[in-house]
Amino acid sequence: MRRQDAGWWLLILPAFLLMTAFYIAPIAQVLAISFTEPSPGLGNYERLFTSESVQRVIVTTLRICTITTALALLLGYVLAYRIALANEAARRWWILAVLVPLWISVLVRAFAWVTLLRRQGLVNNALMETGLITEPLQLVWNEFGIIVGMVHYMVPYAVLPLLASMREIDPRLLAAARGLGAPRFTIFRRIFLPLSLPGLIAAGVLVFIFSLGFYITPAILGGGKTLMVAEWIGLQILDLIRWGLGTMMATVLVVAILATLAVFSRVVDLKRVFGTGA
Amino acid sequence: MSGTGHALALRGLTKRYGSFTAVDSVSLKVERGEFLTLLGPSGSGKTTILMCIAGFVAPTEGAVLLDGADITPLPPERRDFGMVFQGYALFPHMTVAENVAFPLRVRKLGAAEREAKVKAALDLVQLGRFADRLPRQLSGGQQQRVALARALVFDPALLLLDEPLSALDKKLRAELQEELKALHRRVGRTFVNVTHDQEEALSLSDRVAILNHGKLVQEGPPAHLYEHPRTRFVADFLGKSNFLHGTVQESVPEGFVIGAGTTRIVQSVAENRRPAHGSPVLLSLRPEKIALLNEDDAADNVVTGRIAAWSYLGAGYTLVVETPDLGALRVALPTWQAPIAPGEGLPVRLGWSSTASVPVVEDVA
Repeated sequence: MRRQDAGWWLLILPAFLLMTAFYIAPIAQVLAISFTEPSPGLGNYERLFTSESVQRVIVTTLRICTITTALALLLGYVLAYRIALANEAARRWWILAVLVPLWISVLVRAFAWVTLLRRQGLVNNALMETGLITEPLQLVWNEFGIIVGMVHYMVPYAVLPLLASMREIDPRLLAAARGLGAPRFTIFRRIFLPLSLPGLIAAGVLVFIFSLGFYITPAILGGGKTLMVAEWIGLQILDLIRWGLGTMMATVLVVAILATLAVFSRVVDLKRVFGTGA
Repeated sequence: MSGTGHALALRGLTKRYGSFTAVDSVSLKVERGEFLTLLGPSGSGKTTILMCIAGFVAPTEGAVLLDGADITPLPPERRDFGMVFQGYALFPHMTVAENVAFPLRVRKLGAAEREAKVKAALDLVQLGRFADRLPRQLSGGQQQRVALARALVFDPALLLLDEPLSALDKKLRAELQEELKALHRRVGRTFVNVTHDQEEALSLSDRVAILNHGKLVQEGPPAHLYEHPRTRFVADFLGKSNFLHGTVQESVPEGFVIGAGTTRIVQSVAENRRPAHGSPVLLSLRPEKIALLNEDDAADNVVTGRIAAWSYLGAGYTLVVETPDLGALRVALPTWQAPIAPGEGLPVRLGWSSTASVPVVEDVA
């Protein structure tokens, strides 16, 4: 290491120590507890293969996250496509419209969905009044409600990386394809879609990872009936005081996220997902 | 193989953006198999005209005709024109062969025929070996040739080129100019090229159309435009030129004489184009048509002056000679004709024939 570099490293040393003390150390402790409570060994991890309730939580979480990611990508792609092709003035309004929900507390948004989706909520009342249904639909306190709330939260996170990669597409390529005789759909399928694929993968990874650890939205919109991993961990540690089981699942969650990142870092440039992209 | 292309005509083509007129009533014909260049400075409307021909820009007024049929309302994908974009616009996620095959795929050609045509097109531009490379693995010149192959592979009615050589360095540009010219001869199609580079326009084209402020200023074969510019803009934009101002003083058998201060300049001109006595005249005089005279040499026109500046260009010298009546005159001399060492302040005698200069008109802005 050159001396100059050493100087720079010294500058970030306080931040590094702070991170170690307040961030890395607790996580290491969580990892440790999962191997020591209630008795030392791999007992907690054994539950992954033997306990039906542990498996059910994992399957439910993966299912909800997959559906959420798919829907958020679909909606996000349509939105980003529209924004990417809009003129400069319209684009600014569109982006603002996408970003505004991000500034509203996730708690507020979850409760807003509850008021919309509950039995006497706006949606059910409207459907009953138009005569489309006679009985109110069960729209909340189940997986459906969780997915609605999560998709709503995730769409902006899908739009931003998608938009970044779409805006990197040279509009002349689309004009060239047109000039060479391609109809609009062919241009989209053979030029635009493949060129926006890195953004699609990036958005997918981002949304999926975010979804894995979602806590508030599933807790409120799931009504305690449908448990996702984060809420389940909370339940184990805070209510059932089963630290070993809770920290085991937390460790699995962290490992799952790191594994996902490791796989996709080979496919896409992660700096674009989390960094300077949008 | 010439004459297999199609004829294109522009009729009163006009494009306005709000109150700004980008193209102002341009009428132009391109013959079958001809290489026409639209030449002009940036903002002259040349690219807008090309985009109207390609169908990307809808003209405000006027029509684009292909072999006499009005194609103005047709969208670009239905015009069947090949186009080489500025910066080439190669699809970065496709190999060279896939890029070239794209227009054929769109036209739903069978695989065997497609492969044969792609191979033929790549051979035409000598890139057969690079079929499986991605565009970013190629040099600028190679990318340009892929763009050409892609634009020609589907036997387009017309090939449109938007500043095809502007992204290349000077030496490569000269090389590709010759290739492009040879390619045009080989395929015998109608080419319409847009450039701001007058050298490129002169060396490539059968005919050049010069544009300024959205208007067609003059069109014709390169040599005709160079030798007989109609306006000051054409003379100045196409090559370099000295401009001599004066008023007509008398008629002589070969033309007329203008006076500028105490200097008399004989200008030869056709019988029917003589200006009236006393009217102001502007002459364009190319730097290479001025000779450096010895003491006893004679010429139709002789002026004396002093060298104000000079530069050595290898093959020749450029001198700026300050004259009492005509201002600074730019003189281009082949090295072998130059005095051993031109120096600032050196007195010189300049001479040119009465046919060397041409009367031009001032452009109306």
